[in-house]
Amino acid sequence: MIDISNSGRRNFLSATGAMALGAATPMTGARAQAAQTIRIGVLTDMSGPFRDISGPTSVVATRTALQDFGNRGFNVEVLVADHQNRPDVGVSLVRQWIDRDGVDVIVDVPSSGVALAVNNVVRERNKVYLNSTAATVELTGGQCSPNTIHWTYDTWMLARSTGAALVRAGGQSWYFITADYAFGHSLEGQTMDFVRSAGGRVVGSVRHPFPGTTDYSSFLLQAQASRAQVVAVANAGVDAINVIKQAGEFGLMRRGQRVAGLLVFANDVNSMGLQVAGGSVLTETFYWDLNDRTRALSQRVVANGSPGGNRPSMGHAGCYSATTHYLKTVADMGVVAAKADGAATIARMKAMPTDDDAFGAGTIRADGRKLHPAYLFQVKTPAESRGAWDFYTLLQTTPAEEAFRPMAAGNCALVRS
Amino acid sequence: MAAPAAAGAFEGIDAEREVFWGFTRPQLLAFGLMLVFIAVAPFFLYPVFLMKVLCFALFACAFNLLIGYVGLLSFGHAAYFGMGGYLAGHSAKVWGFTPEVSIIIGGLAGMLLGWLIGMLAIRRQGIYFAMITLAMAQMVYFFCVQAPFTNGEDGIQAIPRGAFLGSVSMARDFNLYWLVAGIFVISFLFIHRVIHSPFGQVMKAIRENEPRAISLGYRVDDYKLIAFVISAGLSGVAGGTKSIVFGIATLTDVFWTMSGEVVLMSLVGGLGTLFGPVAGAAIIITMQNYLAEFGAWVTVIQGVIFVLCVLAFRRGVVGEIGRLLKVRL
Repeated sequence: MIDISNSGRRNFLSATGAMALGAATPMTGARAQAAQTIRIGVLTDMSGPFRDISGPTSVVATRTALQDFGNRGFNVEVLVADHQNRPDVGVSLVRQWIDRDGVDVIVDVPSSGVALAVNNVVRERNKVYLNSTAATVELTGGQCSPNTIHWTYDTWMLARSTGAALVRAGGQSWYFITADYAFGHSLEGQTMDFVRSAGGRVVGSVRHPFPGTTDYSSFLLQAQASRAQVVAVANAGVDAINVIKQAGEFGLMRRGQRVAGLLVFANDVNSMGLQVAGGSVLTETFYWDLNDRTRALSQRVVANGSPGGNRPSMGHAGCYSATTHYLKTVADMGVVAAKADGAATIARMKAMPTDDDAFGAGTIRADGRKLHPAYLFQVKTPAESRGAWDFYTLLQTTPAEEAFRPMAAGNCALVRS
Repeated sequence: MAAPAAAGAFEGIDAEREVFWGFTRPQLLAFGLMLVFIAVAPFFLYPVFLMKVLCFALFACAFNLLIGYVGLLSFGHAAYFGMGGYLAGHSAKVWGFTPEVSIIIGGLAGMLLGWLIGMLAIRRQGIYFAMITLAMAQMVYFFCVQAPFTNGEDGIQAIPRGAFLGSVSMARDFNLYWLVAGIFVISFLFIHRVIHSPFGQVMKAIRENEPRAISLGYRVDDYKLIAFVISAGLSGVAGGTKSIVFGIATLTDVFWTMSGEVVLMSLVGGLGTLFGPVAGAAIIITMQNYLAEFGAWVTVIQGVIFVLCVLAFRRGVVGEIGRLLKVRL
């Protein structure tokens, strides 16, 4: 159906072009077939700070899911667009996709602001929204929607896993370096709660201006002077990479302090290098080297042409897993019914247990929260690593039913009755 | 405005004569074409996209009023645009006002902010003026990052479109389009009127030679400040309209890149022309929209077009067309 056999950005572009051609040809033939075509819109960041943790690799992961669904009596097309991390661009793209191009499902969507904006549009138009890479708990909380499933992770899960599990693993006293905006505050607040309730102590915190901070030396010196066992980094993307890099330069890890990135992905570790990131602690729900199924999936994604051999991290795995489950549901309920009613499709998806190579067996809760275990990893040092992408040692596993915020605490209107 | 050369003098005089409400004949023709396009386009093109183009066209026209007619390069217009968007969004969502009242509140917010910043900025010229506006706009940005009513980086989400005058529902794109088109056309005519008033003549005199305007007895600072406030207010209207159209108001609209984008739009279209900013906004927004599938290449393509513009046609698209046809547009 869709031939993916190449790698690199230029090839990726030509593949998109070929796909557009492929999409145009059947249109001229049989219009009736249009009703039998499911259109997936991958809305992602192709040019900004989230390119590595979602971006082209998310597109490849989504296409990988299609390979399993070649002959189920319906066609599947994938459309791709770059929201440039701008909610207005994201909203207009999604509106256009739905109104004009007949897109049925929106996948991926990193960046909380864009993710929440898209949530409203999809609900208004009664389509399907499978968010994989945004972190905000609002998607299953105050702004939960019958048309949305939040697939991969959220800040509550990260805070719980890194906070509580790290205290259990011996990190008693904590110091926070936090980005001074809403996302940073909520990540810091949630993590502090878990640290305290697990019996740990918060000895201090410092907030750095957002955005645009590049020199973290004064914050790191305060963290060092606090003598806390754990220095938690409550920011994301380039900021987190910079803090961890500079923490390495100040020798925090060498002197026995643990640096915990509260939102760091395998791809970030790859760009930092183990020399820098080695010894730090982080949480993901997926790691390519967890078991045979994850290894097989990662191999397929790389073979299908992820740029530069980028291995999938949890966001990408979520795109694969969500698309797989969605297509299973469509095959089950029929294409026409699935295209007609997004909320009904989501309800069917929630009723069916999930099972795929990325997260194994799992379930979807009534408020739209997909459940699977969370893993606390320690990043290997260069000496421990056996080769490229051999990054993590598993420290703790939080079982699926404990990993995410309890439904009652979310205040989601769908389940409040 | 210089007297045309002897050859083709009749054409020249004819093209320069203002035949109706300050419009010259070519301008009237261009305005008519624009009206026809606005009226017909929603039947062929996607209305939400057109509304976005109109919002940015208004924003660029407001910006052009300063740079093109007073010669003041403001590098902080995102502040008025974004703050107008936030206040319009807040008043529609939290205070429950109808869309037109919310947009007016957005415009007032822009004016107030423009008055405060303008009072400081107009005391300096050239690069210093630009840097002061940029610095003040960044202060507004960091205020918006922290202020509780903006919801930080999530922005104000799910702003209701409401009902025009409380009776006509704006939920349908088509209905809202006519409201946006109306706001745009009225604002465009207002800008045109300002430029062609005695006040506008003084603005242009200041642009051409400020010391001379002072020596003629004009209180230059007052004129500059009033132009600044008008420009900021219209930017606020544009921002407010945009947040009603999309149902969100976010940090993107107050960030300095938005100030840069409006400079780009005016340059591509043609500085100091009446229709240039409209064309520039249409070109840039169309590119952002239709090139989105090329991913990382959008910004590269945008940059190449900008370089081409600066190298090949410095007067901008409309400016060059005007030069070829020997008319003022």
